Amino acid sequence: MDQPAVSTPYHPRWLRRRVSTYWWLGKPAYLRFILREGSCMFVGWFTLYLLLLLAAVLEGPLAYELFVAWSATPALLALNVVTLAFVIFHAITFFQAAPQAMVVRLGRTRVPPQAVLLGHYAGWIVVSIVVAFFLLGA
Amino acid sequence: MSNRIKLQIARYRPEQESEATFDEYEVPYTKESAVLDGLNYVKDRLDGTLAYRWSCRMGICGSCGMDVNGEPKLTCATFLADYAPGPVRVEPLRNFPVIRDLIVDIDDFMRKLVRVKPWIVREVEKPVADGAYLQTPEQLDEYKQFSMCINCMLCYSACPIYGLDPNFIGPAAIALAQRYNLDNRDEGSAERMRVLSEHDGIWGCTFVGECTTVCPKHVDPAGAIQRYKLTAAVESMKSFFAPRGA
Repeated sequence: MDQPAVSTPYHPRWLRRRVSTYWWLGKPAYLRFILREGSCMFVGWFTLYLLLLLAAVLEGPLAYELFVAWSATPALLALNVVTLAFVIFHAITFFQAAPQAMVVRLGRTRVPPQAVLLGHYAGWIVVSIVVAFFLLGA
Repeated sequence: MSNRIKLQIARYRPEQESEATFDEYEVPYTKESAVLDGLNYVKDRLDGTLAYRWSCRMGICGSCGMDVNGEPKLTCATFLADYAPGPVRVEPLRNFPVIRDLIVDIDDFMRKLVRVKPWIVREVEKPVADGAYLQTPEQLDEYKQFSMCINCMLCYSACPIYGLDPNFIGPAAIALAQRYNLDNRDEGSAERMRVLSEHDGIWGCTFVGECTTVCPKHVDPAGAIQRYKLTAAVESMKSFFAPRGA
């Protein structure tokens, strides 16, 4: 920028500021957003992992044994611990977002956002209990 | 005797320089002093060349939005005492081209605002003799929150999507579209849907949510956008299953 900026009263030279590539590090809220969006990769992996488990179970006891052994390898264990953390983060942030997107009415009154949020958590707990019942009780 | 605090104010004088610089000024303040009072002190007593926008001083006109220590704020509703001992860094709103000092170019927002027709659209106006369009308190509550928007553009400044893709129609325009869509007197939601369901409309939003965080009037533009996405998705399914509008 050796040349001095030139402008006339009617043709101002606007200053256009570029957004940094690292904008998402600029604020904790932006970083949380990127982590939330990134967490979908882990949700995808978790789904794939469940499908692989299902395939192993359907194939027979030997395939299941191999799958369990594979799951116990340190690398996969580490990946699954990180995945669990991200899946929980994804669920919590998804639930937090739900009351903003959903307007639920009972008659003429609007259900308060907190109640919508609690409804999601209640649903989560109920589903978890049902799953636990089948896994542990059966 | 009042305390004093340092203001670091971004300056951009297009006839002299091609990049922004910072000038530092020391201003007196009491617990009632807003950042805008500090800027007015600089303008009146220290440096008359400082350029910035302001009008009402009471959070209604939406003119005095600026970045204060990196956060988009209405400077009339942001108090110097909260930043003591300072310094307080005042910059023009992000994501907008700067014309001079703290003044940004808002033409892009004004063009986008008009595209969503933020007024009551009627297919046929009823004659004046038929009286006013009546509304119940419940019908008012439907859209009242979104009608509080003062077009201060803090949400555009906080939105990284708008920063990265200036074609995105942006939070306030969508919230104001919803303000009229949810008004029972309005019949223009189909026209707005055509604009908002475009690529640069609601689907550009990835729900960062900062627009809602920074909104000084608690409009919740992020909520408006997510609700509108739901409406658009339902409409799209309807047109898929019942293409003739049955």
